[in-house]
Amino acid sequence: MAEQLAFYVDIAACTGCKACQVACKDRSNLPAGVNWRRVFEYSGGEWTKEGELMVPSGLYTYFVSSACMHCEKPLCMEVCPTTAISKREDGIVLINPNRCIGCRYCQWACPYGAPQFDHDKGVMTKCDFCADLQAEGENPVCVDACPYRALDYGPLDELRAKYGDLNDPAPLPDPSITFPAVVFNPSQATRTSAKADGKIMNVEEVQK
Amino acid sequence: MSVNNFFIKILNDQILTRRSFLKWSAALGGSAALAGGLNFGLEAVGAAKEEGSQILSTSCYHNCGGRCILNAEVKDGVILRILPDQSAEDSFENPRAIPCVLGRANKRWVYAPERLKYPMKRVGKRGEGKFEKISWEEALDTIVSEMIRIKEEYGNDAFYCHYASGQVAGGIDTTYKDMGPMSRVFHLFGGYVNFYGTYSDACYSAVHPYITAAGNNSDDDLVNSKLIVLFADNSMVTRAGGKGGGYHYLKAKEAGAKFIVVDPRQSATAVTLDADWIPINPGTDVALIAALANVMVEEDIYDKEFMATHSAGFDESNLPEGAPVNSSWMAYLAGDADGVPKTPAWAAPITGIPADRIVRLAHEMANTKPCAIIQGLGWQRRAYGEQPVRALPILAAMTGNFGIKGGGTGMRYRINLGFTGGIFPAGSNPIQKSISVYMWTDYIERGKEMTSGPRDRIKGAEKLEANMKFMWNWAGNTIINQHSDINRTKKLLEDDSKLEFIVVGDVMMTSSAKFADILLPETTHYEIENVISGKGEGKTDFVLFNHKLIEPMYECKNILWIAEQVADRLGLGDEFRDGHETREDWLRDLVAVAQKGNEDFPTYEEFKKVGVYKKSRQGSIIAAADFREDPEINPLGTETGKIEIYSPHLAEQNDPDEIPAIPKYIPEWEGVSDPLREIYPLMMISHHAVQRIHSTFDNVDYLQEVHPQALWINSRDAVERGIKNGDEVKVFNKRGVVYIPAKVTNRIRPGVTSMPQGAWYTPDEEGNDTRGSANVLTKYHPTPYAKGNPQHTNLVQVEKA
Repeated sequence: MAEQLAFYVDIAACTGCKACQVACKDRSNLPAGVNWRRVFEYSGGEWTKEGELMVPSGLYTYFVSSACMHCEKPLCMEVCPTTAISKREDGIVLINPNRCIGCRYCQWACPYGAPQFDHDKGVMTKCDFCADLQAEGENPVCVDACPYRALDYGPLDELRAKYGDLNDPAPLPDPSITFPAVVFNPSQATRTSAKADGKIMNVEEVQK
Repeated sequence: MSVNNFFIKILNDQILTRRSFLKWSAALGGSAALAGGLNFGLEAVGAAKEEGSQILSTSCYHNCGGRCILNAEVKDGVILRILPDQSAEDSFENPRAIPCVLGRANKRWVYAPERLKYPMKRVGKRGEGKFEKISWEEALDTIVSEMIRIKEEYGNDAFYCHYASGQVAGGIDTTYKDMGPMSRVFHLFGGYVNFYGTYSDACYSAVHPYITAAGNNSDDDLVNSKLIVLFADNSMVTRAGGKGGGYHYLKAKEAGAKFIVVDPRQSATAVTLDADWIPINPGTDVALIAALANVMVEEDIYDKEFMATHSAGFDESNLPEGAPVNSSWMAYLAGDADGVPKTPAWAAPITGIPADRIVRLAHEMANTKPCAIIQGLGWQRRAYGEQPVRALPILAAMTGNFGIKGGGTGMRYRINLGFTGGIFPAGSNPIQKSISVYMWTDYIERGKEMTSGPRDRIKGAEKLEANMKFMWNWAGNTIINQHSDINRTKKLLEDDSKLEFIVVGDVMMTSSAKFADILLPETTHYEIENVISGKGEGKTDFVLFNHKLIEPMYECKNILWIAEQVADRLGLGDEFRDGHETREDWLRDLVAVAQKGNEDFPTYEEFKKVGVYKKSRQGSIIAAADFREDPEINPLGTETGKIEIYSPHLAEQNDPDEIPAIPKYIPEWEGVSDPLREIYPLMMISHHAVQRIHSTFDNVDYLQEVHPQALWINSRDAVERGIKNGDEVKVFNKRGVVYIPAKVTNRIRPGVTSMPQGAWYTPDEEGNDTRGSANVLTKYHPTPYAKGNPQHTNLVQVEKA
């Protein structure tokens, strides 16, 4: 197998602007409710009284840009009853719309919410890592979209060597479920999935 | 199916192929819009670069300051996708101008169903939004006959070209005051009353000459700072274009600078920069600044010698001549005149910041060198917005950072290279009178009574000779949406015996467009060739050839053509054209300016092919470095030549309570200490939303989806009111009612709420806004000196709807 491709996301450079998400939608003309890339706003802490004044206590926030993780163990592929989902040599996980029957098993199986149902087409869709653009030597659109250069991609091993191996910033799930092919650079505030003491603040924006 | 619905269907349809699109087109038959050559069926998902498609340079020139470079993939007159700046180099010295989320949504903007399609005239009550389609002939004839009638009846003092920033950097098609083709027509026609200041920076620009008259260091110098303290600045969002302020903040963070953000909200800037967030009560910044200064004086941790030699009015010894005793900054801090020492204990209950945190902040600012102290603009769009602008540079001076590398002046940081293409030669306005940008409604009601006196501060004349009778409003939403107190404005404009004629030109049916008497549809800049200058952000400037990507949609026309038509009807056509027969003739003039002095700038034809020409400044600019070195030889541009803490000019205004000679904390009406909080307890600000630039893009579906409009409210305030995240809430005060979903968050101070500005006013049958339009709740109340807009000073109540 060729080297597994992976995304790199620099949480310490992300403002949550969603240029990546909109560039992705623009490129593939995704309808409302279908967002192959999404950005979580994750926040914890509270306000307490100090004397007569209200002060923030342990308050933190960060943003996590998240798409299909093109997992090393893609559960979506395992549960698909029609073998519509496949994993390529380079690790990219793809859905074949001609085989998909829209049963949504993959949507239920994926802990990242990556496969999403397109009502107009009646099939599941998800991030294809801009495989076609990559074939022409272009970067995935989300990578080029970030005004803060927070996104990158490349062979997973190389990204890990360069940036470390964080792959589960909260609110993302325990990585042992699917072994996501992704590397995150944490901000000072970033928690791992095991220490998730905050909550998703923009639920309506990410739960589609 | 209406044409609108048809377009939405096309845009959302994933499976539609070009062939099936053409079938649909045929099915729609005689539709005028389609007959005009409109065809933009989108291709199936997963289409890579289309065979036969072209990538062309274009721009995102909406009014954020960014002016980013876009490219577009275009095929058969259809925009397939938007691409970012693709310059080969992307380095600190020459960064790409990568567009933010707004830039990436431009395809949905061009093809939005709210596009204006043909000229229209009002048929209902003004503001009701009832229009009838008319021809261009009729529209232009009506405008010209009204121009002639109103000029004869009232004179040119009755003409006003309204503040409108949607096309402020629009190359040939610029429609801001004094610029662009229509200004040229109005100048030839005898002129109009102008405005000074802007809705962005009215207080800042008014008092800038009375504190430093200087800028700040260039933003690329921030990588040399150890500590960066931001007041009311959210550049990671508001200057997000990839070569601008936000980019340099991030570079400074990566270089090891620590950030502190003073803001009522934990902004995305505070989040991304891992900043210490100091949540402050809105409108109390000068109390904080005074307390910080007081700590530095008490503990003797400030640059005494610099203050003695470089400032005017720091203490009693260097007050300008004629200043009364106890009128210096030191006297103010000690409470010598008012009996109130400006200690941290005094400031704590006002600002909401514990006294020990204020002391610690003073230590951090005084002891970390170099320290960059920067102000944004949000804090000057307040009741006494003049004060903080003048106060912050004092801290920059006291901490020894004024005029040094890695430090700064405490002003705004924007400095650019100044490389630019030409601008359309608008000529000059024969009328030199101007009103404060914010006081145009007074000009409608009582223009003839307005004078240069303290109430109105008109400039260029003692008084105006007419009330406003003719308004030209192009690419602007300030007729109703962006001006304070929408219900007040609406009532004023509904009476068409006062302001008799309003022309609106736009690309979208905005809230302001509904107040037009004649409404004209303009092409977007994706439907016409242009030359755009990307200056004003970061160290790289550029000039780009903005290609025509698609044919003009519907019956839309560009402003140059419209101006020519108006000029011809007024008999001014030859003077207007001045030998320019085509659009390209003007474009060549603009390019010639960029070519001058830049020998490697390509020929017009080559430039059109290449698309973008960039130029980067070498090295950083350190503002007022020469002044620091020798203030006598290199004085500042202030009246005293010094850092003008005490301003003789402001003292002359003879209004010490509201226009003090030194910056002071003035408790605001509808501020933290106003007893009105018993009825309306929450202080409402209206931050710049990620999903809009002012009101532009509010109708774009992708942006609405990814960043829905919502009212920020602290979780404690929400719990008290039984409000949960996502609940629809009613926000109200005596000026109006707004319905909006709540974003319940700890990222805003308790007692403060924020309704992101710019959402299009959308009243229900009872006149209550249903979209979250902040100006339904803001107060019309010009600031004391600048006569600026205090749109962040508001008290409201919030309850579950």
